[in-house]
Amino acid sequence: MRRHQNTATILSVLMMGLGQLYNRQFIKGILLLCVEIVSGYYFIQKLPHAIWGLVTLGDTPTKLVKVGKRYKNVVGDHSVNLLIGGLVLLILFGLFVTLYVMNVRDANRTGKLRDEGKSPASFKETVHFVTDKRFPQLLLTLPAISVLFLTIMPILMAILLAFTNYSAPEHIPPAKLVDWVGFQTFIDLLQLKTWSHTFYGVFIWTVIWAVIATVTTYFGGLLVALLIDQKGIRFKGMWRSIFIIPYAIPQLISLLVMRNLFNGQFGPINQYLGYFGIGKLPWLTDPFWAKVTVIIVNMWVGIPVSMVLILGVLTAIPKDMYEAAEVDGATAFQKLRVITLPFVFFATTPILITQFAGNINNFNVIFLLTNGDPVKGDYQYAGSTDLLVTWLYKLTLNNNKYNFASAIGIIIFVIVASLSIWSYRRSRSYKEEDMIQ
Amino acid sequence: MSMKTRNIFRLSVSYVILTIIAICAIYPAVWVLFSSLRPGSSLFSETFIPKNPTFVHFKELFTSPSFQFGRWYWNTLKIATLSMILSTLLTTLSMYALSRFRFKGRKALLTTMLVLGMFPGFMSMVAIYILLLQLDLLDTHAALILVYSSGSVLSGFIVKGFYDTIPRSLDEAARIDGASHLTIFWRIMLPLSRPMLTYIGLTTFTGAWVDFIFARLVLRSKENWTLAVGMWDMVATFQNSNFTMFAAGSVLIAVPIMILFAFLQKFLVQGLTAGASKG
Repeated sequence: MRRHQNTATILSVLMMGLGQLYNRQFIKGILLLCVEIVSGYYFIQKLPHAIWGLVTLGDTPTKLVKVGKRYKNVVGDHSVNLLIGGLVLLILFGLFVTLYVMNVRDANRTGKLRDEGKSPASFKETVHFVTDKRFPQLLLTLPAISVLFLTIMPILMAILLAFTNYSAPEHIPPAKLVDWVGFQTFIDLLQLKTWSHTFYGVFIWTVIWAVIATVTTYFGGLLVALLIDQKGIRFKGMWRSIFIIPYAIPQLISLLVMRNLFNGQFGPINQYLGYFGIGKLPWLTDPFWAKVTVIIVNMWVGIPVSMVLILGVLTAIPKDMYEAAEVDGATAFQKLRVITLPFVFFATTPILITQFAGNINNFNVIFLLTNGDPVKGDYQYAGSTDLLVTWLYKLTLNNNKYNFASAIGIIIFVIVASLSIWSYRRSRSYKEEDMIQ
Repeated sequence: MSMKTRNIFRLSVSYVILTIIAICAIYPAVWVLFSSLRPGSSLFSETFIPKNPTFVHFKELFTSPSFQFGRWYWNTLKIATLSMILSTLLTTLSMYALSRFRFKGRKALLTTMLVLGMFPGFMSMVAIYILLLQLDLLDTHAALILVYSSGSVLSGFIVKGFYDTIPRSLDEAARIDGASHLTIFWRIMLPLSRPMLTYIGLTTFTGAWVDFIFARLVLRSKENWTLAVGMWDMVATFQNSNFTMFAAGSVLIAVPIMILFAFLQKFLVQGLTAGASKG
């Protein structure tokens, strides 16, 4: 006895909503039917063109055609519009297919209920079911849509761009077409002399920078936190408040200000060095000193954050451990080495990895402070302090090398994502998230 | 050396180091403040404390024809406030759902979010730019607000961590008393999450207040600029010739944020450390 179930399923496979109508869920059925008619009409019209556009990226470039005596501009295919339009349509189609599958499953389930002799849910009951049992999904709908179109779609598109030749001067629409080139961009980036030299140079500096920046801010923060936390230090709150000030000033401001502070000619830092009889240092204009400067300034920006985190960890260390150590006659240094440090290291390893990943992407410090300069002659559009991200930004905004920028983005992503997933899986929040009930 | 003298020695060394670090920490802020009060326009100054302090640069910011500082201030305030409201709404909704309910695909969703959050924002920049161009949203504030708000959803793990710590028995009891999910969310959870709402509100507000990467990309005409773009432009084009005015502008941008920060420091520190122990 699966009469109703089979009929309803087949009907809703044929057309969305028919199964529901058969199941006497009229409002739901009509609503679904309307969706089917409107979107079916839309997709039949648009889908073939969208797929053609995605596959070929257009075949007629915009060009001048001689009409009579004059040349006329004939608009051809705009590759990037085709790419983006195709992507949007595919996403919409994906949503439609999902809805279709849900519709079939719903008809199937209701048919089964009817076969068992129960009456199908009324529209009111359906609404209640959705707001009650599907409440989390309901809450997630709005955020999910915004993330889908403003985050996921752009990322998908950026990934696709890495496999095209979308770059100035040869392949910028609407005048020229863009083509799929497969992995050619990556191969150029890693093997073509002019690009690979810059890529490896910038990549190595990015790694060095991330390691030094993470280590200096971490240990700086640890030192400050330990100093404040010492027994006998007074005004702990005041010290903390002072040290947190750099964190409270917007980075945009503090970094632009630092740029002036370190100004080689008129900046106060060099002025003070002059008082001590030390010559002026080329803080921002010499490749080596520029690197030193970004690291110093990054310490100024980053130490407060580490300090706050480590102060938090320090308060969590059980006091009786110290008492026990004191009874055994341990010195302050021994307590630090055997109790405090291992505890802090254990608690902060995941943060260390996150900070490392964050430093790989530390756009602000580099871009606002040095703008990637000083210029390096044999680099493709990059300076001595450019990280991969700032290079990417320049390639996009100033040089229109969109395909290279996207390829670099993917490479950064692979590095950062693998680091973060690894650390997230080790972190307590992943393993123990259901501990507190 | 006795224990006591050793202790005094240790403490005095510590105080000296702490004082040096404290000076380093506040020096740039004080320097900019004094620079903004200094007559003239040059970066160079003989003395640290200005000899004839003046407020003329602050006035100049709003009256000078080459800057539209008042306008930028208003734009920024508008964008930051609207993004704050929208992203607080989106983040709270999604993180509440992800924290309190167990449903199919939840773990996958969390991992996806984490992975998406790791894409460098600049990677999608080209794409967003082209999208906005298509939708005719380039040079509008709506575009910025949308981008900021959707971006904040992905960094909402701290909020999830917060909801994770609220005992499950609370809503179970309410359920038994017949409350619907919506009632529980509205009447119990939202009031409880006030500190967290403050935290998201503050971070998204300041985020929008100081962002210049997207703002610079999207906002084309000068009267639509935000403070960040304007200040960036000031440094890029008038680096040394107009330094005191830049300093005055810096003070005006940083002060509201610092006041907010001082006011809400407790929440911020809580949020940071909560995020820390939860990864």
